[in-house]
Amino acid sequence: FFQLECLKLIASQKFTDKRIGYLGAMLLLDERQDVHLLMTNCIKNDLNHSTQYVQGLALCTLGCMGSSEMCRDLAGEVEKLLKTSNSYLRKKAALCAVHVIRKVPELMEMFLPATKNLLNEKNHGVLHTSVVLLTEMCERSPDMLAHFRKVRQLSSSQLVPQLVRILKNLIMSGYSPEHDVSGISDPFLQVRILRLLRILGRNDDDSSEAMNDILAQVATNTETSKNVGNAILYETVLTIMDIKSESGLRVLAINILGRFLLNNDKNIRYVALTSLLKTVQTDHNAVQRHRSTIVDCLKDLDVSIKRRAMELSFALVNGNNVRGMMKELLYFLDSCEPEFKADCASGIFLAAEKYAPSKRWHIDTIMRVLTTAGSYVRDDAVPNLIQLITNSVEMHAYTVQRLYKAILGDYSQQPLVQVASWCIGEYGDLLVSGQCEEEEPIQVTEDEVLDILESVLISNMSASVTRGYALTAIMKLSTRFTCTVNRIKKVVSIYGSSIDVELQQRAVEYNALFKKYDHMRPALLERMPIMEKITTNGPAEIVQTNGETEPAVLETKPPPSGLQPASQANDLLDLLGGSDITPVIPTVPTSKPVSAGGELLDLLGDLNLTACRSAVFLFSAGIPSITAYNKNGLKIDFTFERSNTNPSVTVITIQASNSTELDMTDFVFQAAVPKTFQLQLLSPSSSVIPAFNSGTITQVIKVLNPQKQQLRMRIKLTYNHKGSAMQDLAEVNNFPPQSWQ
Amino acid sequence: MIKFFLMVNKQGQTRLSRYYEHVEINKRTMLEAEVIKNCLSRSKDQCSFIEYKDFKLVYRQYAALFVVVGINETENEMAVYELIHNFVEVLDKYFSRVIMFNLDRVHIILDEMVLNGCIVETNRNRILAPLSVLDKVAES
Repeated sequence: FFQLECLKLIASQKFTDKRIGYLGAMLLLDERQDVHLLMTNCIKNDLNHSTQYVQGLALCTLGCMGSSEMCRDLAGEVEKLLKTSNSYLRKKAALCAVHVIRKVPELMEMFLPATKNLLNEKNHGVLHTSVVLLTEMCERSPDMLAHFRKVRQLSSSQLVPQLVRILKNLIMSGYSPEHDVSGISDPFLQVRILRLLRILGRNDDDSSEAMNDILAQVATNTETSKNVGNAILYETVLTIMDIKSESGLRVLAINILGRFLLNNDKNIRYVALTSLLKTVQTDHNAVQRHRSTIVDCLKDLDVSIKRRAMELSFALVNGNNVRGMMKELLYFLDSCEPEFKADCASGIFLAAEKYAPSKRWHIDTIMRVLTTAGSYVRDDAVPNLIQLITNSVEMHAYTVQRLYKAILGDYSQQPLVQVASWCIGEYGDLLVSGQCEEEEPIQVTEDEVLDILESVLISNMSASVTRGYALTAIMKLSTRFTCTVNRIKKVVSIYGSSIDVELQQRAVEYNALFKKYDHMRPALLERMPIMEKITTNGPAEIVQTNGETEPAVLETKPPPSGLQPASQANDLLDLLGGSDITPVIPTVPTSKPVSAGGELLDLLGDLNLTACRSAVFLFSAGIPSITAYNKNGLKIDFTFERSNTNPSVTVITIQASNSTELDMTDFVFQAAVPKTFQLQLLSPSSSVIPAFNSGTITQVIKVLNPQKQQLRMRIKLTYNHKGSAMQDLAEVNNFPPQSWQ
Repeated sequence: MIKFFLMVNKQGQTRLSRYYEHVEINKRTMLEAEVIKNCLSRSKDQCSFIEYKDFKLVYRQYAALFVVVGINETENEMAVYELIHNFVEVLDKYFSRVIMFNLDRVHIILDEMVLNGCIVETNRNRILAPLSVLDKVAES
């Protein structure tokens, strides 16, 4: 309803009505409405109206909300108006052209000839808008940019000198009442010209050279006492930074920014900090000079300024000033708003990592961050920190002592508690024996240590991840502590029935470790080796047993039911494979190998890598399958697939079937391969082969054959049949060539 | 470019609003409310430039009135600050007293000064020239 009213008003002859109509259209309609199509005609008529004000109105509306169709239709009119002598119209037409170009970039060429004369105007309004038009054209199209930079055919002057001339006139001319704003003539125009110069001069030596003088002039002559002058200077500085200016000019620019920083006006300081942030990459040394001022800005009340100052400070930290800067930044971390704390903490970690003068300082700094802003620290900081601690071997005693003291008082900050529990678990013996050199050693008994870990476990404030850390730490201490093993056993068994699944699982495993595999406990819970930082996660599909070349006779038991998270598998994978660091190591593998004579404790193989099974995607490449064994009613077929991701891996799926009248139970398949191969056996589908070929057991074997040798395999089968245990050895030689070539 | 131009009083009511980039009507109120909240909560000592979502706000306070302009990164913040001042001066000259009774005139003035997000004219006299013509036509 309203739209029609608008139209009616626009179409009327009276100026005031038109006025209201256009206003309404501009305010409330947008190009998505259909009615504007109807408006097109009206606008067209009005553009040719005799009264300039009507024309101006039409231009205005078109400029604001014209859709691309409207623009296409009316571009011709606009262009005509661009050439008129009426300056009122020209300036509006210029901005309208800007809008047209934005909507329909192809029409840019149409406006090109008109722009030639635009800069010869005296009228500042026209000048201003034409500069805007030129800016828009240059931004949109690199061709235009090149065109404007070169010498133009007819007119004698290039664009840049023209602009420079205009700018010079503006600065040099005396007081001009028309355009004056607080003593500076037409600052808006100056700013615009500067911006256009910036675009023209970017990456272009010639243009930049032409501009150097004028920029220096503007920079030195402009009065800085008022905001206006500062606005111009700001724009000048930005321009100097962007074009290929000579170094003297750049230093001048940075000095201006430095002066801004000392100014009392917040706006100016903000602007200065922003620009310094942009330039710090390129002109690092010059910005360093203003470091102390920047650091002072950290204490400012204003949030935007503080944020800028913080970012800039991080950019300025280097080997020389790191101690001083860190002090300031840590102080800032204490007192700043929560929204900054996470960023600040990460920044401090990064800077400390790069420039730490000594390990002890590094650890101290990190501890300070953890204690002050512990809950805001990002999650990945914990593994990084742990890796750092492991690597600084000589600091272990000192670190663990400090961490212990820290959580004695307060164990609510999760990252701190996690790191502390981990360290206590690893280095608890150092703590108890009081060996610290750097600091006054404290006397701690084993019971006290266990007390604190237990309270972490019990506390409501601890997240379940933290509890996991604590439990693992307690477990590790069982090998390091001598007198309190029973207590540890008790704690572990309590958590065997915890509600938290993760915790329960760990407790159950640790219990198992105590009961059945006590002999292996020390080996498993040994100290962590120094970890290398590898950032990418190795592929989970192919598992390479590091450095194992003996024939690995692997036997796998069926996986225990229920809780077997893939993460556990990955943890051990990581330990031996050296990929991503997770500090939840070492955990006990869930199935134990029954030694079949001298095999290595292949932890990797033991992990029924159920995760791997699902992760592997196999391509059947049409390799013929073979019957590997066929005796006494037991038939084993091999089907082959080559892995898509690794051409030296062959995946063999065996299928065992039973043609006798009785089931075969406790079926176990073992395989051995020559030295040049590596073998991996995944868990079978079951251990019973039903009679009468009514079902099969499937199992997957992966063979890594990097040297592409002829595949050979020796297999051993054990099973119970008709009440007696049967065992057989066989050799498989009939592998098809496609399976290993 | 300038994204929007708002005039708000101290109680948080929008007196004038002009959008140079299309925003849905219902979103406008939300946007205005948030912007106003940000500006009103600032004290006098704080910086006049606020970062808000993906653009910046430049605001200036004149007695009971706040003028807020939203700009994107390409604009020089201080120039916009000046523009606000310029605008207010023009209004002063024309209206001499209370602005609020002639909202359409204010729009006209704004249109003369800013077209589609870009500054057109900053010369006070030239801005007011068409207005005087309009007034004469209206009277006759």
